[in-house]
Amino acid sequence: MTATTTPAAGAFAARVGGSRPLAGTGTLLRFALRRDRVMMPLWIGVTGLLVLSLPASLKTVYSTPAERATLARQMLTNSSLRATYGPVFSDSIGGLTAWRIGSYAGVLAAIMSLIIVVRHTRDEEESGRQELISAAMVGRRAPLTAALLAALVANGVLALLIAGGLAGQGGSGALALGLAIGATGMVFATMAAIVAQLTESARLAKGLTGGLIGAAFVLRAAGDSATDDGSSLLTWISPLGWLENLRAFADERWWVLLLFVAAVAAQGAAAYALAGRRDVGMSFLPTRPGPATGRLGTAEALAWRLQRGAVLGWSLGFLAAGAAFGGITKGAADLVGGNAKTREIIERMGGQAGITDAFLAAMVNMLGMVAALYIVSSVLRLHGEETSQRAEPLLAAAVGRLRWAGGHLVLAFGGASLIMLLGGLGLALGYGSELGAVLGACLVQVPAIWTLGGVAVLLYGLSPRLAPGAWAAAGLALLLGWIGPALNIPQTVMDLSPFGHLPKLPGGTMAWTPVLVLTGIAAALTAAGLTALRRRDLTT
Amino acid sequence: MTTAISVAGLHKSFGKTHALDGLDLEVEAGEVHGFLGPNGSGKSTTIRVLLGLLRADSGAARMLDMDPWTDAVELHRRVAYVPGDVTLWRNLSGGEVIDLYGRLHNGGRTRRGGKDGGRTGGLDPARRADLIERFELDPTKKGRTYSKGNRQKVALVAAFASDVDVLILDEPTSGLDPLMEEVFQRCVREERDRGRTILLSSHILSEVEELCDRVSIIRKGRTVESGSLADLRHLTRTSVTAELTGPPNGLASLPGVHELEVQDLEGQDAGVRPDGVRCRVRLHVDTDKLNAVLRSLTDSGVRSLTSTPPTLEELFLRHYQEDVQPDGRRDVQADGRRDVQADSRADGSEETVAR
Ligand SMILES: Nc1ncnc2c1ncn2[C@@H]1O[C@H](COP(=O)(O)OP(=O)(O)OP(=O)(O)O)[C@@H](O)[C@H]1O
Ligand SMILES: [Mg+2]
Repeated sequence: MTATTTPAAGAFAARVGGSRPLAGTGTLLRFALRRDRVMMPLWIGVTGLLVLSLPASLKTVYSTPAERATLARQMLTNSSLRATYGPVFSDSIGGLTAWRIGSYAGVLAAIMSLIIVVRHTRDEEESGRQELISAAMVGRRAPLTAALLAALVANGVLALLIAGGLAGQGGSGALALGLAIGATGMVFATMAAIVAQLTESARLAKGLTGGLIGAAFVLRAAGDSATDDGSSLLTWISPLGWLENLRAFADERWWVLLLFVAAVAAQGAAAYALAGRRDVGMSFLPTRPGPATGRLGTAEALAWRLQRGAVLGWSLGFLAAGAAFGGITKGAADLVGGNAKTREIIERMGGQAGITDAFLAAMVNMLGMVAALYIVSSVLRLHGEETSQRAEPLLAAAVGRLRWAGGHLVLAFGGASLIMLLGGLGLALGYGSELGAVLGACLVQVPAIWTLGGVAVLLYGLSPRLAPGAWAAAGLALLLGWIGPALNIPQTVMDLSPFGHLPKLPGGTMAWTPVLVLTGIAAALTAAGLTALRRRDLTT
Repeated sequence: MTTAISVAGLHKSFGKTHALDGLDLEVEAGEVHGFLGPNGSGKSTTIRVLLGLLRADSGAARMLDMDPWTDAVELHRRVAYVPGDVTLWRNLSGGEVIDLYGRLHNGGRTRRGGKDGGRTGGLDPARRADLIERFELDPTKKGRTYSKGNRQKVALVAAFASDVDVLILDEPTSGLDPLMEEVFQRCVREERDRGRTILLSSHILSEVEELCDRVSIIRKGRTVESGSLADLRHLTRTSVTAELTGPPNGLASLPGVHELEVQDLEGQDAGVRPDGVRCRVRLHVDTDKLNAVLRSLTDSGVRSLTSTPPTLEELFLRHYQEDVQPDGRRDVQADGRRDVQADSRADGSEETVAR
């Protein structure tokens, strides 16, 4: 043993962390990409598909340049629609594509990035796997670097896909849009990297970063509703505002890319600085001590305790989103009424009666599809509890599997109804009338949400390995509901989504049959899932 | 004595892995039963079947005369379980978790008829407080801020404090420090004295030796040995060292004698020692053949004699390494013997006769 290789473990670790902080990054990156080999291509594919499918559908709906010019002018003059989609900078097909989908593709890239980064940093530490990895010949900075590189790979592929796929609409515009979307992803990847250093829980890190993405959207929307050229300060504060201000397919302002680069560099540096200052598994937001004795006494109370934060967050979110949608309804409806084709799309989404009702119905439907994400995440808490081994000692105590699952399912299914009611309340308040009709319309969405909840219960009940498939089901429903009406997708495909069967309310005529049938299907799926859960082995 | 746990011919496979391959296990009511076996031999799997978490492919498993799969909830009111790897909820304090399990064992009701009226979940408040103090646990900390050992303590306090008939402990002390290991052992003895049945899976042989009335050793999902420690010792070799006044005769030809080593002291320059010792004999003998060896030694005149009973380590290693020597009588190498003697000196179990 020579003097340089001191036997003390601490000194050894310091040496590894000090002189080769990036050791093992390549191995970790390969490992991360391997673990994400399904999620990453799926997410990139769906986001890319959303963007690349737009030119064709825009061409069918607004076939002549004159129609497109009218659309652009109308969209630009209406502050509510600017808030929803941003200003139109060019009425070319490419310009309208960037306008219609840019912000949303940016949000999707941001969510993908935050999942990738948190998954390979805080998640790993929380599960204790990081300790194993850190004890191996892996440098102090390697895990964060590998996570950010994985996000860079994903965003890079997405950017190339979009730039290549839209090249037919204009090479530099396509490149600008692709780069802007990918760069937005990287801004939130580095933001997630900072948040992951601050929190101790991966769930909280994802929630906080998700909240920041929401805030970025709101800032952009607020700024765009105030000005019609994206020049508001609020828009410039938001990375999603930069995306729009790059003006792809219009007069590209390439220097805006520097903002992305600067933000990524600054946030990345901050994340590294924070990571270097703390211990593995620890955070900067310390947990406070709790009570020495507890009141929890039942599996149901425990389920509530574990899910109440999520229920509260979703409730507030739905109330706020409902109010925001309600607020823009009047203006949006006025405007859309002027364009026959747009009116047709909105009516396909929302129903046949007056355009205002159609718009409200479309918003209600949108809330319903997002609530499906809530119910899936809530049902899959069971999955998380089981795979983290926390369910095992509970089920070894005097708690039956049905009761244990039941506690969580009540919150999943009841919570979905609750947030829909709150969303409806917000919508009616924001719009200023029609409270009863809107609440009724929101409740009509519930059986479809429950059906997706039932799918989640069934998949989880059959095997924990299948459980994440419930996300795919909810994602498919969301996708069909979102782009289906604009693409005029055949009804047989639209029927795959439970939401496609519901009456369009308010405004349409109430149909009880689909509502009752879907409720029955949801109950049957849930019962089948619970039966399967009772019969199978617990994951160990 | 009645049987608290009985398992017969249990089979369980996970895909291609045969985790249990006809396992048998009998645990009498009121005993501490050690459950031993190498990594991956199927201990945790057996325990999970007994807790109704896994469903056996075939074979019988009963606990407290109930079927672990169909009567799970009823059974679990009378059973507490401590896993080897305890995971807690991030935002619940240790105290909350302890009380949660206490109430769960009581069907969600707060304990009735407490003498001092103090209510701490379904647990006896005095016992709960006593255990928390003895294990030096801070019950106000939250989930992830506990160390591994402290997470185990949370589960141990919850289990020891609850009013159950059977305790199932799956490597419960893998994270405890030696002081806490002491506390744990005392608690287990107390529980046995209260008439509880304890199934203890462990890799810490000294703990098993200290606590267990009987043990079962399993390998590759099958029980290879079961019985009291004394019974099992009988099946292994005792090592004997003797100083003799005369030359040994016929020792080598006696059945059950292994690795006989005779050190002739006469040939050395000191000649015959003043106490008349002529030679030193070391050997290993199958414990059931010990009598004949002792007779032969006394014939040669014994000056001093040390006999060391086999340790559990040796017993365990023999089963563990059966692959290597299928005849089951592993030839102990010189260094192996040294370990055995060092161990026996440490725990003071050697008997010295005639000095
Ligand atoms: N859910 C599972 N899926 C697949 N294989 C499993 C599963 N659970 C256990 N096994 C396998 O069954 C065998 C027995 O495992 P078990 O956990 O019962 O061993 P053990 O005796 O408790 O080991 P240890 O001493 O390491 O705790 C092992 O080969 C293990 O890999
Ligand atoms: Mg085990």
